Amino acid sequence: MATVADTHGAEHEHGPAKGILRWITTTNHKDIGTLYLTFAMIMFLVGGTMALIIRAELYQPGLQLVDPHFFNQMTTLHALIMVFGAVMPAFAGFANWMIPPMIGAPDMALPRLNNWSFWILPFAATLLSATLFMDGGAVASGWTLYPPLVLQFGNALPFTIFSVHLLGISSILASINIIVTIFNLRAPGLTMMKMPMFCWTWLITAFLLILVMPVLAGAVTMLLFDKFFDTSFFDAAGGGDPVLFQHLFWFFGHPEVYIIILPAFGIISQVIPTFSRKPLFGKNSMIFATAVIGFLSFIVWAHHQFTVGMPVPAELYFMYATMLIAVPTGVKVFNWLATMWKGSLTFETPMLHALGFLVLFVLGGFTGIMMSQVPADLYYHDNYFIVAHFHYTLVGGGVFGIFAGLFYWLPKWTGTMYDEKLGKLHFWLSFLGFNLLFMPQHFLGLAGMPRRIPDYAVQFTEFNQMSTVGAFIFGFTQLLLIYIVYKCVKGEGEKVGDEVWEGAKSHGLEWNLPSPMPYHHSFEGIDIQKAVADE
Amino acid sequence: MTSATGSYYLPHQAKWPILASTGLFFFVGGFAAKLIGIGAGTFFMVLGLLIIVGMMVGWFGEVINEGLQGLYNPQVERSFRWGMIWFIASEVMFFACFFGSLFYFRAYVIPWLGGEGTTGVGAFTHLLWPDFKPEWPTNGPARVGGEFEPMEAWGIPALNTLILLSSGATVTWAHWGLLKNDRSQFVKGLIATIALGLAFVALQAYEYYHAYTEMGLTLGAGIYGSTFFLLTGFHGFHVTIGAIFLTVVLLRALRGHFDPDHHFAFEAAAWYWHFVDVVWLGLFIFVYWL
Repeated sequence: MATVADTHGAEHEHGPAKGILRWITTTNHKDIGTLYLTFAMIMFLVGGTMALIIRAELYQPGLQLVDPHFFNQMTTLHALIMVFGAVMPAFAGFANWMIPPMIGAPDMALPRLNNWSFWILPFAATLLSATLFMDGGAVASGWTLYPPLVLQFGNALPFTIFSVHLLGISSILASINIIVTIFNLRAPGLTMMKMPMFCWTWLITAFLLILVMPVLAGAVTMLLFDKFFDTSFFDAAGGGDPVLFQHLFWFFGHPEVYIIILPAFGIISQVIPTFSRKPLFGKNSMIFATAVIGFLSFIVWAHHQFTVGMPVPAELYFMYATMLIAVPTGVKVFNWLATMWKGSLTFETPMLHALGFLVLFVLGGFTGIMMSQVPADLYYHDNYFIVAHFHYTLVGGGVFGIFAGLFYWLPKWTGTMYDEKLGKLHFWLSFLGFNLLFMPQHFLGLAGMPRRIPDYAVQFTEFNQMSTVGAFIFGFTQLLLIYIVYKCVKGEGEKVGDEVWEGAKSHGLEWNLPSPMPYHHSFEGIDIQKAVADE
Repeated sequence: MTSATGSYYLPHQAKWPILASTGLFFFVGGFAAKLIGIGAGTFFMVLGLLIIVGMMVGWFGEVINEGLQGLYNPQVERSFRWGMIWFIASEVMFFACFFGSLFYFRAYVIPWLGGEGTTGVGAFTHLLWPDFKPEWPTNGPARVGGEFEPMEAWGIPALNTLILLSSGATVTWAHWGLLKNDRSQFVKGLIATIALGLAFVALQAYEYYHAYTEMGLTLGAGIYGSTFFLLTGFHGFHVTIGAIFLTVVLLRALRGHFDPDHHFAFEAAAWYWHFVDVVWLGLFIFVYWL
């Protein structure tokens, strides 16, 4: 390892630039982290509003508020915006804020590229959102964009495809930056195996992104060619096959759901030890389990297509490979439990979210094992059971992981403790709202209610109403989150010291830094060697 | 000014990224508008492209200047190297998507369309298209695009293979020249590589012209035409990018920019060139030959 000295090329010392230009031209990882998180929050509200439109329509059987075509546009955009606009940028925000301080680096390795990775996103989001206002509305095929259905959408299609291209470029560039930072900018003595779990999970996530985003880009490019340039990739008459798109999409799509969950695993692996006042149990096995999950994510994709008519040997292979994922995931879950075992536990808001994550993600994981079985999946496919399943993993897992990380590090970023009472209120309302929202959907699905349909049979009414009430509780609770964050950023609250949480210094380098962390020179005057050795 | 060693250079106030995004936005937005028949789309496409070109000149210019000022220590250069390596890795996956599709069509889809298999598509395609023979090349059971002639491997494509392989050798020869500080060998090697690259692109363009005008081989010629032009087209595009990349390196070499210890830009261009070279070998074997 070469040494990392924290100095700057500029001639003189300076703080951030003034005004809006600070945010547009910034190369500072903390600024860019803030941009990512702010953008994610806005998109979370936009995507959440779409979800509430969906749930409001489903409050009663029959068509109530929106016409079916618009309903389908909502399900499509809700997913695309939440995945690409809210959850992934939120984790990129955490990566920007936390990876450099966690590894003792002065900043991200390629700061200008870092700025660009973020600033592609608002443009991509604009392209995507603009399709809502076009003739014929947005693409209404579901976020999976399956042909031939998706090829029937006119004006919105090319804009949606190019938006996906831009989002892909942004993710790839951000991932390159994260990999390079971790490989090249670790403090001397901080070996890979000593590196915090959050950095590890992001490293593996970044590899997944680099390897699958180009495949999605290729697949949607083929859609574009089929639509506008006479090709026959997804048309059997010309010798093509629409199922190929499903293979390509899910070759991207399955790693993609791990891209959403792995950084959350990382956050949870930071939070649970801190509030258990114990080191993470079995860290090496955590690292290997994460790597194995990353590897397995590449070879299980077709379990999303069990009903499409694949050869039986392929279905068997994908079934067994999928079940295998439960093993490394189980390693992680048991390690978290073992970390808490005989720990001196306290239940501040980040810990509550981490425990909420554990409960919800394990439930989502179990329903995943149910669906990994081909004969059972033929029945579960495309009904509300799958909707419940992936919301338990992606919201219960991904979003609760984001909440845990936000409350955990917010005091470090702002120097001010958030309002603990409101934080706990936010957790309980979110947790109860979430379960009221998605738990009934399991039963709706098992009873046969199909997804992506704006109407349903009368016997599903009660559970749908519970679900809708839960959705509005969960949705409006997030306004409380914005208020809590706003208060904290304004500095209204108790000032915190370097360590913030009792004994946190032994859980990560970042707790050696002042709160808030200085704009530049995070590690100036701090003995990184000693901090690394103490950890 | 910070010394050249011992510190990691961090730039401030980058103005190029926002221009890059704006350029991309105009370009793809204009392109999409053009595709759905809005005339103004072309204007925005061109505008976006101009912004992108200007941005690249500016951004790369800034980085080159910083490099010449000695602001980059070995650790910064290592960041650049890693960055380029993982960028190429993502490009490999982009082509893997298209190669994988080609294999899928040839190994599964065509036999299924010909009636193979008792489950899935094969179970009923022989009812729909009883006359379809599952052979490659094909334009599908509906004979989309009419009669066409497949591209023969042992004409221009074989020549192009020779050209690209030679260019891989010349770029390495240029590298040897640079390493022993023999500027003339370095420059000659670069010129030869670029010339071979341009010859490749020219022959490819001629092949396309021939395919479109005389062989009935177009993007619309069923799955064979689709995969043929998708794979060779994106490859040709990458060769063009690589040739431009090498040209910039040549212009810099003529200004005396590189020395045996500092020549990341040349290395990056050379890696990229080898990458398009290897992709071509895959194309020659799986698209043209087999």
